[in-house]
Amino acid sequence: MIKKLLIANRGEIALRILRACREMGIKTVAVHSTADRDLKHVRLADESVCIGPPSSMESYLNIPAIISAAEVTNADAIHPGYGFLSENADFAERVESSGFIFVGPRADTIRIMGDKIEAKIAMHKSGVPCVPGSDGPIPDDPDKCMSMAEEIGYPIIIKATGGGGGRGMRVVYDPSDLLESIVLTKTEAGQAFNNDVVFMEKFLEKPRHVEFQVLADTHGNAIHLCERDCSMQRRNQKVVEEAPAPGVSEAQRNKIGTAVANACRDIGYRGAGTFEFLYENNEFYFIEMNTRLQVEHPVTEQITGVDLVKQQLLIASGKELKIKQEDIKPNGHAIECRINAEDPETFMPSPGKVERFHVPGGLGVRIDSHIYGGYSVPPYYDSMIGKLIVHAEDRAGAIKRMDGALSEMVIEGIKTNISLQRRIMEDTAFIAGGAGIDYLEKKLGL
Amino acid sequence: MDVRKIKKLIELIESSDISELEIIEGEESVRISRNSPAAEVVATPAVAPPPVATPAAPAAGLSPPAVEEPDHPSGATIDAPMVGTFYSAASPTSPPFVTVGQKVSVGDTLCIIEAMKMLNQIESDKAGTIKAILVENEQPVEFGQPLFVIEE
Repeated sequence: MIKKLLIANRGEIALRILRACREMGIKTVAVHSTADRDLKHVRLADESVCIGPPSSMESYLNIPAIISAAEVTNADAIHPGYGFLSENADFAERVESSGFIFVGPRADTIRIMGDKIEAKIAMHKSGVPCVPGSDGPIPDDPDKCMSMAEEIGYPIIIKATGGGGGRGMRVVYDPSDLLESIVLTKTEAGQAFNNDVVFMEKFLEKPRHVEFQVLADTHGNAIHLCERDCSMQRRNQKVVEEAPAPGVSEAQRNKIGTAVANACRDIGYRGAGTFEFLYENNEFYFIEMNTRLQVEHPVTEQITGVDLVKQQLLIASGKELKIKQEDIKPNGHAIECRINAEDPETFMPSPGKVERFHVPGGLGVRIDSHIYGGYSVPPYYDSMIGKLIVHAEDRAGAIKRMDGALSEMVIEGIKTNISLQRRIMEDTAFIAGGAGIDYLEKKLGL
Repeated sequence: MDVRKIKKLIELIESSDISELEIIEGEESVRISRNSPAAEVVATPAVAPPPVATPAAPAAGLSPPAVEEPDHPSGATIDAPMVGTFYSAASPTSPPFVTVGQKVSVGDTLCIIEAMKMLNQIESDKAGTIKAILVENEQPVEFGQPLFVIEE
């Protein structure tokens, strides 16, 4: 069993990891930048090591500094949290070659699942449904293109392999536009990315974002822990998450859940992970896998009763998963609202000193936050300062409970998005359930 | 308020994890707080200051800085630019790079910090006389930790 863990992260997730360690009798080492000396988990940790100046590049992303800190403190293992180096295969590799346990999957798993084409190939093999597409470059033969598009079904999106960030894409609604669109996209791609290879995929117009949580150990066991709906997003950042996903039937959950658990076994996955899907018209389409713990893991913990961080630590210690698939049954409904230090209208970050901090409470109310009265939110890192999570017997109850909890929450001295979260809880489309990933931005007039 | 009562309160604080205690009796009140950097955190009772007094940490010098600052001569310091293990000499049998009282120039090697099996020579960014060496050979150091006091 791991005896001493180095937490290679900051903020609320570092505190979350520390709490799990404390309960398991694992000693903790908190690494931090000079700007983070007063982080709550740094104060609570058994040992702390300053690893660099405020900039993330020189601290939380500084691989030698982190591994060096593990060496001087004789830690056994390193937990990367989320973000930062958590999905950096090189980091995972160097951690292990330096003699430490990396709490996460093996480096080559991270590598494979980080490549979108490779990941899809692996998912195909395991029977996980993917966005239908050309599965390779578009053929040169125009007739082949037309029949491929027919098979996939319109609307189609033509994407440049070398593109990204919304560039090098063209949506085709009508077959008569297909061939010309391909030519145009290829030309654009050639000019913009020096690579005119394009492929096609089914275009989902109003999908929802539904993801499945998995746990897999090193003894061949893998289970799913149901799904989460994270469709409330702004600029590709999740704002509200919930579990289970409204409208997903038990049959669908079992079908997709079984497929992802199988995929874990097939690829030799180790630890906690999430399979992300676009969900439209009752169909699931795999887009990518996150080979780490996610921000929104608490909503899964609430409905399943499983402590995901403890499970990560047990799996990393080589223990066999004690939880069986039949033990996992979604109980009630959970919602998480991310609390950010930002202006609720302009979304400009709002660092500064928290003058007053009062958290809500009561049945089914959970707060995962590292801030405290007198704490100064530094300007160097992302603006999330906490997560407010509720759990209730059903979705309507959870929404009411969240709205009440938000109304009790007081954070003074900095601006927060609490008022935005309340607007979402009171929004009719949100209350109805099933809104797509485009909804929030439309509501905000973006 | 009775001095004996106050003495008892002080003893109470010292023998516990409490950082601050306030008692109001009618119109009199007494507040006693432990002198610690975590005093700000008192508002949230769940947070206790880390055990600074009893460092179970085998890695000396890596507990939160708090009240344990060793006394050293004041002056400019040369701080560790990285995390690692401090070595005062190039090898166990070599003489130390610098000694107290020695004059150094910018660029002179002062010590070695080992990180990930690599020995990094730490050069002086100041010219002057070494007034104090604040860490011991083979001691783990963190980023920004003062290593030398230098009089320019």
